[in-house]
Amino acid sequence: MSSAWQAVWAVVKKDILAELRTKETLSMMLIFVLLAVFIFNFAFDLRVENVREVAPGVMWVAFVFAGVLGLNRSFIQEADKGCLDGLLMTPVDRSLIYLGKMLGNLIFMLAVDAIALPVFSVLLNLALVRWDIALIVVLGTLGFAGVGTLFSAMTANTRAREVMLPLLLFPVALPLVLAAVKATAGVLDGASLGEVANWLNLLIGYDVVFLTISYLTFDYVVES
Amino acid sequence: MERWGVGKIAIFLHGLAGAAVLTALYMALVFAPREAAMGDVQRIFYWHVATAWVGFFAFFITLIASIAYLRTGRRRWDIVALSSVEIGLAFAVIMTVTGSLWAKPVWNTWWTWEPRLTTVAIMLLIYATYLLLRRVIEDPGRRARFAAVYGIAGFVSVPITFMAIRWWRTIHPVIFKSEGFDLSPAMLVALIVSVAAYSLLYVSLLLLRTQLEFLSDEAAELRESLDE
Amino acid sequence: MKGQVERWPAVEARGISKAFGRYRVLRGVDLRIQPGEFVALLGPNGAGKTTFLRILATLSRPSEGRAWINGQPLDGDTRRVRQQIGLVSHQTFLYGDLTAEENLRFYGRLYRVPALEERIAELLQRVGLYERRHDPVRTFSRGMQQRLSIARAVLHDPPVLLLDEPDTGLDQQAARMLRELLSLMGAEQRTILMTTHQLERAREMSTRVAILAGGQIRWDSPTAHLSTAELAEAYMELVERRPANALPGASA
Repeated sequence: MSSAWQAVWAVVKKDILAELRTKETLSMMLIFVLLAVFIFNFAFDLRVENVREVAPGVMWVAFVFAGVLGLNRSFIQEADKGCLDGLLMTPVDRSLIYLGKMLGNLIFMLAVDAIALPVFSVLLNLALVRWDIALIVVLGTLGFAGVGTLFSAMTANTRAREVMLPLLLFPVALPLVLAAVKATAGVLDGASLGEVANWLNLLIGYDVVFLTISYLTFDYVVES
Repeated sequence: MERWGVGKIAIFLHGLAGAAVLTALYMALVFAPREAAMGDVQRIFYWHVATAWVGFFAFFITLIASIAYLRTGRRRWDIVALSSVEIGLAFAVIMTVTGSLWAKPVWNTWWTWEPRLTTVAIMLLIYATYLLLRRVIEDPGRRARFAAVYGIAGFVSVPITFMAIRWWRTIHPVIFKSEGFDLSPAMLVALIVSVAAYSLLYVSLLLLRTQLEFLSDEAAELRESLDE
Repeated sequence: MKGQVERWPAVEARGISKAFGRYRVLRGVDLRIQPGEFVALLGPNGAGKTTFLRILATLSRPSEGRAWINGQPLDGDTRRVRQQIGLVSHQTFLYGDLTAEENLRFYGRLYRVPALEERIAELLQRVGLYERRHDPVRTFSRGMQQRLSIARAVLHDPPVLLLDEPDTGLDQQAARMLRELLSLMGAEQRTILMTTHQLERAREMSTRVAILAGGQIRWDSPTAHLSTAELAEAYMELVERRPANALPGASA
């Protein structure tokens, strides 16, 4: 067990190390997240009266689009110099490689979310930095990173790969995003976590189901 | 390459499916009583429920065939998964259109973003993407594997769609509840006949579609042997 | 099961076939390599050399046939097989943003190499990159990257080394250095299988030459008394007689 986690951790550390050297993916995701909020601001003319209703949707759409940017780069980087083959040749279980890549993607997304939330709070004039929202963000991002990592390993090997990832991912992730938006809207309207429990249950159920499916099928996606 | 469904049994089955669909038409249009509140427009319900059932069932078959493909790597399971998505998508579209036709007089709108309709839209999108995914992958082995993974992951939308009217408050009617159904006996008979008829039609179409794919494989192989 | 008395062949392939849909790239490759042999696998582009090596490297599954590395089957639990093979290809498998040392450390952890830091230092010195160990691989020349790639492939001391046209895209000097390194690796009693389409180089470096054409091994001979002219004649005859069919994607 401990050697399994060493392998997972080696993959996570490698991704973080490479990212910290260039900071390309993180800065791209961050700029995109902010851009999305600006665009929504102009498009919907967010005002004090309606911002509370629109903010959860704006926030999650921005997170999801930025997440796709990060996911797209995740396996295209591996495909670049054949590194994925190098990884697959190591005597490490392929599901562990999935876990490593997934955790790396999750960490990048959560880092972007953590920076974006205070900025959103200021721009939208809403208190979004709260522990209940943080919990919803973690649950929502976990499932998104889970199934997104599987699909990005798939699309890195297809034609039109940058376009294919969102096409595959968005419809499958929609129930998750929907639940996250509803739960966020609920707690923003003053509901307790217990009162949005049905949405949280959907989030948790989605996370469990899709992490399991991805963990079990990753091997088939990377074999050739 | 082996072939499925060639011969007398298949021809008998296609004939049976045709007769069953005609019977179902009669049951829905003539046999079933006129519904008191909605009038004749309610009769669309027999197609709507039957095609919905076949659509869901077809995607379930795709799930099973996809798992079987990943386990065995046999081309025939890939063919079943693909064929079932194509047929299921056709039935799911019919379900959506008939639902919409019914909704116009009853709800006074073609479409509304309530839970059942939203989840159905997502489901249609997922299986349309399944077909798109197959087109952008050149290597057939990889195409089959990726499609199988997507066929498994995408299936999660099916139970969500099915449960949508039970989990959330919605204006979509719920016919089958744990307590029983809201149907008169004659209506129930008409519904059962419709569901059986369109299920038979599904089996018959699945046979034809898989056979077509086997033949196309054979033709490709013959063409290749000519090239050499 | 064979008796343990006889030594396992280092590499054994029986009836390996691989089809990408309708394109049949390999049509029953049989090859047996004894420990310590250096086999050069020749063949025209698209003959399936890379595909064959990828199958032996557990990166690709054969459509038919079986293969063993040191007696361990490739269709069972391949983790133990993977511990025993190293692959050098024209792709380097290196992360451009990481330094030479970080690349080796990453792979070393996944291979669970004991005394990793000493091993890394030793290998970097041997491939002449110790001074540049803290530089990102992106800044390396093609030849330097290929040297580091060899260090990466032998990091876990695999008894079997697979080389897929390792000198593609290298200049004369880098290619010579690569050859010196490779003969050094061969001297350590490693079994080497190398694909190439350079006849002269194949004859010089290897102990045995095999030619893959039309998806099968068509010619197989020790190099000890083989002249380049003889080899060229055999090669031309096989390749001329059966022109390589265009196989899109098959050599990737």
